[in-house]
Amino acid sequence: MNIRRILPGFVGILFLAIVPVLPVPPFWITLLNNIGLASLVTIGLVLLTGVGGLTSFGQAAFCGFGAYTTAVLSTNYGVSPWLTLPLSLIVGAVIALPLGLITVRLSGHFLPLGTIAWGLALYYLFGKIDLLGRYDGISGIPPIKFAGYRFLSDGSIYYLIWFFVIVVAIGAGNLLDSRIGRAIRALRGGGQAAEAFGVNIVRAKLTVFIFAGVVAALSGWLYAHMQRSVNPTPFGLSMGIEYLLMAVVGGAGHVWGAIFGASIVLVLKDILQRFLPDIIGTTANFEMIVFGILLVLILQLSRDGLWPLALKLLPKRPPRPVPASSRKLAKRTLAPAGSPLLKVEKARKAFGGLVAVNDVSFEVKAGQIVGLIGPNGAGKSTTFNLITGIASLTSGSVFYEGQPLRGDSPRQIARHGIARTFQHAKILPDMSVLENVALGAHLRGSAGVFRSFFRLEREEEATLLAEAATQLERVGLGQYRDRPAGDLALGQIRILEIARALAADPAVLLLDEPAAGLRHGEKQELASLLRKLREEGVSVLLVEHDMGFVMGLVDHLVVLDFGTLIADGQPADVRRHPSVIAAYLGGVA
Amino acid sequence: MIATFLIQDGVTNGAIYALLGLALVLVFSVTRVIFIPQGEFVAYGALTLALLDNDRIPATTSLLLCFGAIAFLADLWSMRRGADVRAFTRSLALNLVFPAAIYGLTTVLVPLGLPSFAKALLTILIIAPMGYYVYRIAYRPLADASVLVLLIASVGVHLAMMGLGLVFFGAEGLRARPLAEANYTIGSLMIPAQSLWIYGSTIAIIIALYMFFERTLLGKALRATAVNRLGARLVGVRTQLTGVTAFTLAAAIGAISGVLIGPITTIYYDTGFLIGLKGFVAAIIGGLASFPITAVAAIGVGLIESFASFFASSYKEVIVFGLIIPVLVWLSLSHAFHEEE
Repeated sequence: MNIRRILPGFVGILFLAIVPVLPVPPFWITLLNNIGLASLVTIGLVLLTGVGGLTSFGQAAFCGFGAYTTAVLSTNYGVSPWLTLPLSLIVGAVIALPLGLITVRLSGHFLPLGTIAWGLALYYLFGKIDLLGRYDGISGIPPIKFAGYRFLSDGSIYYLIWFFVIVVAIGAGNLLDSRIGRAIRALRGGGQAAEAFGVNIVRAKLTVFIFAGVVAALSGWLYAHMQRSVNPTPFGLSMGIEYLLMAVVGGAGHVWGAIFGASIVLVLKDILQRFLPDIIGTTANFEMIVFGILLVLILQLSRDGLWPLALKLLPKRPPRPVPASSRKLAKRTLAPAGSPLLKVEKARKAFGGLVAVNDVSFEVKAGQIVGLIGPNGAGKSTTFNLITGIASLTSGSVFYEGQPLRGDSPRQIARHGIARTFQHAKILPDMSVLENVALGAHLRGSAGVFRSFFRLEREEEATLLAEAATQLERVGLGQYRDRPAGDLALGQIRILEIARALAADPAVLLLDEPAAGLRHGEKQELASLLRKLREEGVSVLLVEHDMGFVMGLVDHLVVLDFGTLIADGQPADVRRHPSVIAAYLGGVA
Repeated sequence: MIATFLIQDGVTNGAIYALLGLALVLVFSVTRVIFIPQGEFVAYGALTLALLDNDRIPATTSLLLCFGAIAFLADLWSMRRGADVRAFTRSLALNLVFPAAIYGLTTVLVPLGLPSFAKALLTILIIAPMGYYVYRIAYRPLADASVLVLLIASVGVHLAMMGLGLVFFGAEGLRARPLAEANYTIGSLMIPAQSLWIYGSTIAIIIALYMFFERTLLGKALRATAVNRLGARLVGVRTQLTGVTAFTLAAAIGAISGVLIGPITTIYYDTGFLIGLKGFVAAIIGGLASFPITAVAAIGVGLIESFASFFASSYKEVIVFGLIIPVLVWLSLSHAFHEEE
């Protein structure tokens, strides 16, 4: 491993380890404890908001659940704090599940507003319940004990807090760098593509939501035993806003930025609370003015937060070699050539009064390349969306190997081995080319959150990445493997989408205008790739405008015009078909 | 008897929430900003009026000077790569001279012992320009940002404005004198004149907004911007101007709400946020788009709150804010959002 890469982390941990034994003022330790506690919540928020795109103002409430669980159990019932730790986390998760089920269904800006609503409601609830001591809270919480040692002082619980912070930060990093992590990262802006490769969007959202809830509950558990008393104030909306501020300051997409952001905000708060009263002459929460201005300024000037700026000072991470994998991924057994594979029967899609696809029927046989052509607006892409479940059929049906696909979600359809590309390419520009392709292999892995968090899925992950690298080489993009996908030219992005579809080990490949934006030579390479796939037994259905490309390639041609099928047959016959000539040249045949 | 009292109380509060809800819908539909700081204008308005009642110069006038100065600096910064004299003079007049004039006017008028209606007008005159400055300082540089970024910025503006409220007004609550002291009785129902002011103002503002959007060119431009920002720009609507108008109107409506509510309840520097949020509940029920649904929903929120405070007083806030969740779920399910947005 590169020594210059790990040095900053090593120095950081060493610094944290020796601070309490140095002759520093005691408030430093208190401040560092608070930073640690806030970092835990913020790491959860980074995954939830920065990576997953779900803005939450309500995270402080989850700290409350963690804190109150241990406060009630250890004070009223004398349960050992070590026993209440898993219970606190479970309560966090159990509350996060129904709350998340509701919250992740909220769309767009309704979601953060929803978190404000339940954040406020829960705060008031904490203050009304007798068991939780109403607004006075619960005091006299016992300290954590370990082998007779009591974590009484700030300096001793300090190590416990930062142990958890570092474990959670490393684990969160692991989680993002995994199969599940790719699904989570795809939530922001790439949901439709991820779903087309079998990612369960609601479940991925719920996963981050519960993760964020559980780490916040962990922070609450630590807080309760550090403070030895709890009341509703630190679990209210304003703390929730402060956590979000930390995530934004740090840079909402970076796990280590969470600690950075929490440090900046809390150090700033400490300085303001220490010196502002002297300047203004009264004591009150004036830091909120500064925080408010800071939040707006960061959004105006550096929307990705400050951590990316700090990262620039660190040496660049060298591209990681694709891990060698001895294991091969299982391949799907393909239907024998010539057997009916995909059958569209009287498919109809109406948007209000407009019939976009009008009772269209055609068939794709195994091992065939079928072209779907027609003038603009003929309903080709809509037909694609009907087959892949993105749009729902108004009437008619689609059969796959004789089974109707009616009502199946894109995710279920992906499981059958139907992989697609999009007319308007849907890639994740910030993710590397390799990771974008690996997203296609999502269904070929099985590692879950727990194994990913503790890096127990490395062998499977290596196999998935090796498969993605193989597909990239195959389509000729191997040299761009470690570049962010957003750097590629449009034509290359289309090829990237094909590699992603291939990584899914498809039985049928649905390509929406794959040759658009390609140069002549690239088109020929694409055609020979598709021919090779056909030889391997993969069926292809493609929408294309380039007639030269289509005519030389396909076995069968389907022509749509204004949503209606006007011709269906061998390319040579279709070309002479009078209504096709009429549709394309506009003349009277 | 209790029911009629609760209904009356609910409708009175609901009318205030309706005003705030309308302002929120107005700002959101024109600028896509979810204007969380709306409530701060209410607190500023009420506290300003209360101070004027005590014949004191309200601190909001100095705050207005500060806002103007910051907006001027922001203008200077954006003009750093060469500016023409006209733009500079305009900025100077708008950001420095105008607030100074209001400050001067206030210092001249306060010792004269104004009638309460004039005080209310003066309050609105002091608060309304703040809408423009807030827009200029916080939101205009973010005009291209997503709704979510704008929402987070709104939270920042809310924090800053609430903190400024604390600095300028202190932590103590104030109550303004009613616009009219009289009480009217209809049967067993006693209606304070202040409530009549509230109902009347709400109805008047709803009608005025309707006329503005339906009958004036600027109103139509605002609607066009709401439907399609780029399209409106292409046909010559100055979308920045529509943003200014929306925020200034919102601040004015906030100030009016503050003037109306100031005499019926004690207002603290942070009360505005909760009042604003209840307007929010109504605006959200209206999908942040519909004025009439928002107005009706606001009355509903007022009624629910009033009955909840009687039958389950300690759970009042829990009930009101918990109610938003099912509404949001319903809205999310009925508005299929498209990913391309």
